[in-house]
Amino acid sequence: MVANTGEAGAVAVHHMDHEHPDLRLFGFLLFLISEGMLFVGLFVAYLAFRAVATQWPPAGTPKLEFLIPAANTVILISSSFVIHRAEGAIKNGDVQGVRRWFGITALMGAVFLAGQAYEYFGLIFKEGLTLWSGLYGGTFYVLTGFHGFHVLVGLLLMLGVMYRSFKEDHYTAEKHFGVEAASVYWHFVDGVWVVLFLLLYVIR
Amino acid sequence: MQLTQDQIKQDPPQDWRRYFTFCTDHKVIGVQYMVTSFTLYLVGGFLAMLIRAELWTPDPDFFPDSQVYNGVFTVHATIMIFLWLIPMLAGFANFLIPLMIGARDMAFPRLNALAFWLIPPGAILLLSSFFVGAPAAGWTSYPPLSLMDGTAGQAIWLASVILLGTSSIMGALNFITTIWEMRIPSMDIWRMPLFIWAMFATSIITLLATPVLTGALVLLTFDLLAKTTFFNPIGGGDPVIYQHMFWFYSHPAVYIMVLPGFGMISEILPVFSRKPIFGYRAIAVSSMTIAILGFIVWAHHMFTSGTPEWLRIFFMITSMIIAVPTGIKVFSWVATIWGGKLRFTSAMLFALGFLSVFLVGGLSGIMLASVPFDIHVHDTYFVVAHLHYVLFGGSVFAVYAGIYYWFPKITGRMLNETWGKIHFVLTFVGFNLCFFPMHRLGLMGMPRRVAAYDASFTDLNVLIGIGGFLLGVSTLPFLANAVYSWIGGPKAPANPWEALTLEWTTPSPPPVENWDVLPVLTVGPYDYGHEGRDPQEIIRS
Repeated sequence: MVANTGEAGAVAVHHMDHEHPDLRLFGFLLFLISEGMLFVGLFVAYLAFRAVATQWPPAGTPKLEFLIPAANTVILISSSFVIHRAEGAIKNGDVQGVRRWFGITALMGAVFLAGQAYEYFGLIFKEGLTLWSGLYGGTFYVLTGFHGFHVLVGLLLMLGVMYRSFKEDHYTAEKHFGVEAASVYWHFVDGVWVVLFLLLYVIR
Repeated sequence: MQLTQDQIKQDPPQDWRRYFTFCTDHKVIGVQYMVTSFTLYLVGGFLAMLIRAELWTPDPDFFPDSQVYNGVFTVHATIMIFLWLIPMLAGFANFLIPLMIGARDMAFPRLNALAFWLIPPGAILLLSSFFVGAPAAGWTSYPPLSLMDGTAGQAIWLASVILLGTSSIMGALNFITTIWEMRIPSMDIWRMPLFIWAMFATSIITLLATPVLTGALVLLTFDLLAKTTFFNPIGGGDPVIYQHMFWFYSHPAVYIMVLPGFGMISEILPVFSRKPIFGYRAIAVSSMTIAILGFIVWAHHMFTSGTPEWLRIFFMITSMIIAVPTGIKVFSWVATIWGGKLRFTSAMLFALGFLSVFLVGGLSGIMLASVPFDIHVHDTYFVVAHLHYVLFGGSVFAVYAGIYYWFPKITGRMLNETWGKIHFVLTFVGFNLCFFPMHRLGLMGMPRRVAAYDASFTDLNVLIGIGGFLLGVSTLPFLANAVYSWIGGPKAPANPWEALTLEWTTPSPPPVENWDVLPVLTVGPYDYGHEGRDPQEIIRS
């Protein structure tokens, strides 16, 4: 019934290899697609809320800060280039380089979060815009807060990779799924932010 | 966690106790899914019989108050969808996907185990809501009704459904990766069995649609617990946006529940007709077509929600177009059994039962897709009849067919055929007696989700009640048969039905890692091991 060939034996070895990086990257990309759909759902809901509102932004709504989110956008986009250097480094087996570029990226992410916290602080305590300020405040804090949470997760991923990179030969030029995953995730978070920035701050 | 995959697999005991461990073998996880969800099916069915007890008489006299009644039908529906059909089909997928494509396990075994182990907490959460005031807004949980209740049950419902959604996303991600990346080299996509095609389409739907539901439920949770007003008109929100987001998931979810069943039927009918499946590629492509079209029909659930005319016409037309790929499947199945040497095993009976009752559900679906008719019967028992013909008649009949077909592979034991046939007759009669009169009841105007009704509906409700209790009783012979056969049934050979897919090349039950040497496909999807011979000839012999 079953052909017992050398080829089939080789196949068996291949299929046993659950650590195969292509497989994991494929799965991770699918995870990001589902994450993307979560954001797409929230974005479309935001546009729908906007469409049903009689006036947008509603009368009496404080003007959103533009400078900080714009600066944050620049920081995030540049950080995507920085983290890309980490991928290049690990492909040359340079673990030191991964730590350097991840470190800088994480720092930029932290600055982004600090900027967002500062913006929130001003909006809440000076302008009085809260989660409960109708659809405007509600969608603003849910969308930006949800994205901010993803930035935080990205930071934790990077810290995790940096921690693991101190183990002997944990990441090599051939085997570095963790580095790739953290990097792809970061690009994804950046992409989401660009859309979010356009939706919330530019078309207003 | 420094254990290697092999250590994790070999550590658990190799008897019944391994089903109670965090085992990562896809077959163990598959059985865990199936047994857990079947248990919950019994719970959901029990709740359904409580509903029929209430509706035996026109007065609301069985339940202490209508709130409890609302909780019972809400939890009944939530269990049947999120804790019975979706996990049951995920169980089949877990067991069968690696076996059918020649893989030794799923792509991510630990993620797979995690996805299963989110189900029991989700179930416990949902059922525990009865102690704090069950969710009473129906399984759709439309705001503002779901925001007005004030009991904790609604919040528990939200937590439970978000958890179960996460579980099914994890499962779908695993299925897609496994199907796409781990097939044996001799299996290109046009050699994948039709169940694999169906699961592939299903998993894509799950992956893309479920997160949108999660988004809607997160916003609803904010409204409920943080008192924001996304969906609350009192604070300027719009409940219809929730309906859009909800149905953007929940309409495709209908196909999440029925496409795997289509796949199973496509596997079972040819084997018991001794004929190759008619139109293999057409069935495969129609699964993908249904998946794609499923995303552009959601608002046909909202014809009476104030949807503008042009949009209703658009959704009416797209909904009717889905009848085309579905019709392709039905005609292919009929052409497959046409002129075949039929063997009326229990699996075949359930497959044929599926064909007949699913047809009724499909036809009433076309009726409901047309706007004027839908407006007339919206939220009446006609809709209840339609959805039960599709989800019970479609999915549950297919699941039973699948259980009778794959039970020998899963357990290594044969089920008793006589009791299987008794089970089929009781189920078929009970099902039609219960749900067919609902069409009439709906046309007469009885609304769904009510505990009290006009006395003129009494006779039909009693008839439906008898059918419902018969349907409840019909699970007993199956349950006894399954338990008895699993323990002491005759040992199953590797391929009791002379089937031609790869899972039957393994011993029954398959060992850990499935094969010593992986099988090789030679010609088409249904011809393992027959080098160079025409598969059509083989299956006819």
